[in-house]
Amino acid sequence: MIRFVIKRLLVAIPTLWAVLTTVFILVRVVPGDPTMVILGDQASEAARAALREKLGLGKPILAQYIDFMTQVLHGDLGRSLATNRPIVDDVLAVLPWTIELTLASLVVGAVIGIPLGVLAAEKRDGFADWFARIFSLAGVSFPAFVSGILLLLAFSVELRWFPVISTAKSDDWFGRLRALVLPSINLGLLMVAYVTRVTRSGMLQALGEDYVRTARSKGLGRRLVVWRHAFPNVLVPVVTVVGLYLGVLIGNAVLTEIVFNRPGIGKLIVTALNQRDYTLLQGLMVVSAFAIVIANILTDLTYGLVDPRVKTA
Amino acid sequence: MTDAAVPLVVEGMTTSIRLQGRLHHVVRDMSFVIRPRETLALVGESGCGKSMTALSVMGLLPPAASITAGRVLVDGVDLVGADEATRESLRGDRLGMIFQEPMTSLNPVLPIGFQVGEALMRHRGLSKRQAREKARELLELVRVPAAAERLDAYPHQFSGGMRQRVMIALALACRLRVLIADEPTTALDVTIQAQVLALVADLQRCEGLGVLLITHNLGVVASVAQRVMVMYGGDVVESAPVAAFFARPTHPYSSALLAAMPRIEGGSQLQPIPGQVPPLGDMPDGCRFRSRCPLAHERCAALPPMTPVAGDPDHLVRCWARSDA
Ligand SMILES: Nc1ncnc2c1ncn2[C@@H]1O[C@H](COP(=O)(O)OP(=O)(O)OP(=O)(O)O)[C@@H](O)[C@H]1O
Ligand code: SF4
Ligand SMILES: [Mg+2]
Repeated sequence: MIRFVIKRLLVAIPTLWAVLTTVFILVRVVPGDPTMVILGDQASEAARAALREKLGLGKPILAQYIDFMTQVLHGDLGRSLATNRPIVDDVLAVLPWTIELTLASLVVGAVIGIPLGVLAAEKRDGFADWFARIFSLAGVSFPAFVSGILLLLAFSVELRWFPVISTAKSDDWFGRLRALVLPSINLGLLMVAYVTRVTRSGMLQALGEDYVRTARSKGLGRRLVVWRHAFPNVLVPVVTVVGLYLGVLIGNAVLTEIVFNRPGIGKLIVTALNQRDYTLLQGLMVVSAFAIVIANILTDLTYGLVDPRVKTA
Repeated sequence: MTDAAVPLVVEGMTTSIRLQGRLHHVVRDMSFVIRPRETLALVGESGCGKSMTALSVMGLLPPAASITAGRVLVDGVDLVGADEATRESLRGDRLGMIFQEPMTSLNPVLPIGFQVGEALMRHRGLSKRQAREKARELLELVRVPAAAERLDAYPHQFSGGMRQRVMIALALACRLRVLIADEPTTALDVTIQAQVLALVADLQRCEGLGVLLITHNLGVVASVAQRVMVMYGGDVVESAPVAAFFARPTHPYSSALLAAMPRIEGGSQLQPIPGQVPPLGDMPDGCRFRSRCPLAHERCAALPPMTPVAGDPDHLVRCWARSDA
């Protein structure tokens, strides 16, 4: 297992390098003069030259690349064009909010999606199955801002169970948890949909496998056959889907953060776009890319835990 | 009731499967008994319903199939009408099965030792540790080398032959009364085949186990079974003690099977049976062998009854051409 972990971490290094290079290139192939994009066409030539200097755009491309890589490797993402604050500080200030939202929606997705998918497969074409199918279709096709507004109207405006604006002081744990409920349900609906689907189809297959028949031949009851013998075989596809859609989740977090007025990476991205904060945007791309690479590593490590064929390979 | 002394009695069992809305009988009106220490061999071409027979008795039929008539008595308890809890309590405890597919019948994500000992936890209330200890003994019994070290190994770390031994250990964990072995050796090479069969025979001697052995191999039938049943298209067409069967195979299909058997000493050519088993939807009425039988006659449009051969009540055949002889 330890060898497997080390191997996986070593493989991540070239991936990260490729990702950083891609970000570097993407930012520089934006057509036209970046100073024009940032400052608008009314700015003076002097202002432009100053900005070019500040961004290091005058240097040869290779030098820019080396600067960029060294900075990132030292954990420095540069300074925001709009505020001149270090980008790392801005990111770290909101990162916990995004992480907590993403993790909470993952939990919502697993806690609702797994039992729903298992039940649907077990009672194929029954009531639970139809419910699961309709629910997961709705989950993927409902835009996050629509479901978010509906949730707010129902539970915050009408019932007043949860706050309308999700900011709470970070030392007020209860308040923060309470503020997390609706956004994580909203973002989690998508995860519920994906997890339900993959659990259902995985379980349908697993329940027809020979080893399930063997389990029944021992006289095991329904509960043990389903949860001990069939379900662990479905964990691999479930983990894959969760890992894959973690990226989608981070993307969707933007909408949820806006609707619920939460701080977070998503809102920071919107701010950066509005203010044409080119360096902040570059920093956020690096952070998002890192997040996805880390999510992938965690997914692969989880494989090792749930599938003995990976662990002992 | 005498039934309780006989561990397995099957009476008039019919199993049907629903395919595209139509009901097909894959096993028709089957009757047999299995006594302690006895091996009953079930033979017939691929697709004749051997596995369906086994799964019917075990109560493990696929969802589309079910027993539509007859009784299956295990120690005198009828499983056909019984509720699921009753069947579960007998399965793995009195009645066990080794499946035809050793490569896929073990759970890939659970350790071998746990899978082998699980039935003991279910039926004997053993703790996890006791079951593990017992699993080690069982694996030694089926001669898995270095059993103690392999309790925590997973199925993919075992070869096909070893997996089949593990399956046997798993099926025999509790003191079964009847073991159903569905082609336990076809997936194995010849020497391992012999070892596995010898192992089952050993267990029969010391535990009094009755065995329903499903096989393609008439050589195996001759060497390990006391009785044999020949199936064709879901029907039992001949049932006899092994010696009587080889001395006087009576049904035209049995004769064809024996003729198709390769003989070492004679060096005679293998004579395959001409034609094929008709698909389920195309079974002829009456005698299902009619489409391939050299003796077929008009009356064969009606299903012949099982009748004694030459007055021997132990040797039964289902054929019009043989019953009035
Ligand atoms: N799951 C299933 N769905 C539909 N038909 C099936 C299914 N399983 C078996 N059958 C049909 O039932 C009939 C009996 O099959 P069975 O598996 O009992 O044959 P068998 O005698 O065990 O053959 P083999 O020697 O190949 O194992 C066959 O016609 C087969 O096509
Ligand atoms: S009953 Fe008729 S068709 Fe069937 S085996 Fe006998 S002779 Fe052949
Ligand atoms: Mg079979």
